[in-house]
Amino acid sequence: MTVKPLISAHDLASRAKAQRKQNLELIYNTGMGHIGGDMSATDILITLYFAILNIDPRKPNDPARDRFIMSKGHCSGALYSTLANRGFFPVEDLKTYMQPLSKLNGHPDRNKIPGVETNTGPLGHGLPVAVGTAIGAKLGKQSWRTYVLTGDGELQEGSNWEAAMLAGHRGLDNLTVIIDRNRLQQGDWVEATNNLEPLADKWRAFGWSVSEIDGHDYDALLETFHSLPLEKGKPSCIVAHTHKGNGISFMQDHPGWHHRVPTEAELTEALQELGEKA
Amino acid sequence: MNATLDAKLYDCRDAFAETLERLGEQDERIVVVVNDSVGSSKVGGFKKKFPDRLINVGIAEQNMVGVGAGLANAGFIPFVCAAACFLTGRALEQIKADVAYSNTNVKLVGISSGMAYGALGPTHHSIEDFAWTRAIANLTVIAPADPTETSQVIDMAAKTPGPMFLRLSRMGVPEVHDKGYNFELGKAATLREGKDITLIANGVLVTKALEAASLLAKDGIDARVLNMATVKPIDKAAIIKAARETGAIVTAEEHSTHGGLGSAIAEVVVENAPVQMRILGVPGVFAPTGEAPWLLEHFGLTAQGIYEAAKSLKTHD
Ligand SMILES: Cc1ncc(C[n+]2csc(CCOP(=O)(O)OP(=O)(O)O)c2C)c(N)n1
Ligand SMILES: [Mg+2]
Repeated sequence: MTVKPLISAHDLASRAKAQRKQNLELIYNTGMGHIGGDMSATDILITLYFAILNIDPRKPNDPARDRFIMSKGHCSGALYSTLANRGFFPVEDLKTYMQPLSKLNGHPDRNKIPGVETNTGPLGHGLPVAVGTAIGAKLGKQSWRTYVLTGDGELQEGSNWEAAMLAGHRGLDNLTVIIDRNRLQQGDWVEATNNLEPLADKWRAFGWSVSEIDGHDYDALLETFHSLPLEKGKPSCIVAHTHKGNGISFMQDHPGWHHRVPTEAELTEALQELGEKA
Repeated sequence: MNATLDAKLYDCRDAFAETLERLGEQDERIVVVVNDSVGSSKVGGFKKKFPDRLINVGIAEQNMVGVGAGLANAGFIPFVCAAACFLTGRALEQIKADVAYSNTNVKLVGISSGMAYGALGPTHHSIEDFAWTRAIANLTVIAPADPTETSQVIDMAAKTPGPMFLRLSRMGVPEVHDKGYNFELGKAATLREGKDITLIANGVLVTKALEAASLLAKDGIDARVLNMATVKPIDKAAIIKAARETGAIVTAEEHSTHGGLGSAIAEVVVENAPVQMRILGVPGVFAPTGEAPWLLEHFGLTAQGIYEAAKSLKTHD
């Protein structure tokens, strides 16, 4: 396997800035996508793919690779941008996003895209699969780790809690769930729809060790990922506090930007905002 | 009743939402249960009018259907509305045990069915739902074709006790029925009389079947067109009559060719009046990436596709 690339928080942040712009243009050009959740997950994805995951784009099926599962599959724009920038497929291919016969379907397909571990789109599927890969690693006495990124609204699906209970029961300390805690779901605020709090305590009650961090702070992300497992003998849960539409003032924390597509004027404004930020 | 197709296209969700709001005013027992799908189910208006009677369970379809069954038990008439793929796929056992087997008065409304979600892909396509729901006992299955029929089906569902799965699209369709149309549960609607072959469709494909009949007429083939909105209980009499009188049947549905409308019709045909059939749909594959109209073209679910299938049957005999 490859050695983990050494990369600073500053480098990650500048990558993220470029990728957010790329992601915006992708959605603008395609006329579809989930911009809000893409933007809230970008910093988490970049940290994992460029600094944490033990993966090799040239050997996407290496049995010893870390497994990353994108449970919030609607944020394929962010996942595909990250995979392309990390070298899993040509950046050029992003232009085909959701076009006829493209491998880049609206939700990720592992049979078409190298680096995708499981097909998601219906919410609440990632964690059970991740628990399965983590049990598999333990059975095979393998040291690779499993990571899964879920939305927060997504946690309303009961399947997550069935999986969480099993992971706690089996003490899967090779498993980490990262919750993109942007406080919004499709049509409304999570707390107005079906309240999740006290979220960290729920995971603790299911036998997990929990850390709450700022999901846009690269120092915090790096430090937390490097300290895994949070506790030996327990699965790790990272509640990453994020902002839907992060980085673009008129999208950030607005319920309207779950899957709205920016107009040309909005795109220009958004690109300008991202350009100005160092 | 020969329908003349006007060019204007309608999203049947609008007729659904208007009817539901009207019913809500007439009957306090009408409640709506959704899964973070207020917008996609177009029940924002209902929510505004009757905030207490709109129950958003969050992203939790199994719970949603169970809650619907409980509300029915408590005397309400729940319309459980969600994307058809998640409603049927995720909550199938709740549909079977809590709704159909328990015989609760729940109306399951599958929105954006078929391949309406286009490039969002196979996870979001609902092309297995006829097969799944049709196989469950005590569950009525209906797929209306246009706004008029949608409105009448919703009205009927509210007034007729028993479990139902109502399959709606979001793709634009013209009005295919005349103003005087009267939907009858379990009865096919004859949209065009014909003696040479019968084209049977439902949902968004009814209009394509009518267009195909026009193409066939140019070749001197007189096609009968049936809108088989009720998939279960299926209109056996109309199917047997069509088989006997026209000698060949083409079916078209926005669904897998395995277990859907075509299969339901074939079951009647083989036992009662065997004739040659062509079953058009998605041929047992996950769709490639593409927008909904592109996918319909890709799978030949077009007027031309139905026309060609009909021609192939007619050159056989
Ligand atoms: C089982 C299922 N039900 C409903 C949906 C429709 N849907 C897609 S995204 C979404 C909201 C997700 O909210 P959250 O998990 O908070 O994601 P984020 O805010 O990160 O976009 C919903 C309801 C789905 N994809 N799967
Ligand atoms: Mg969220």
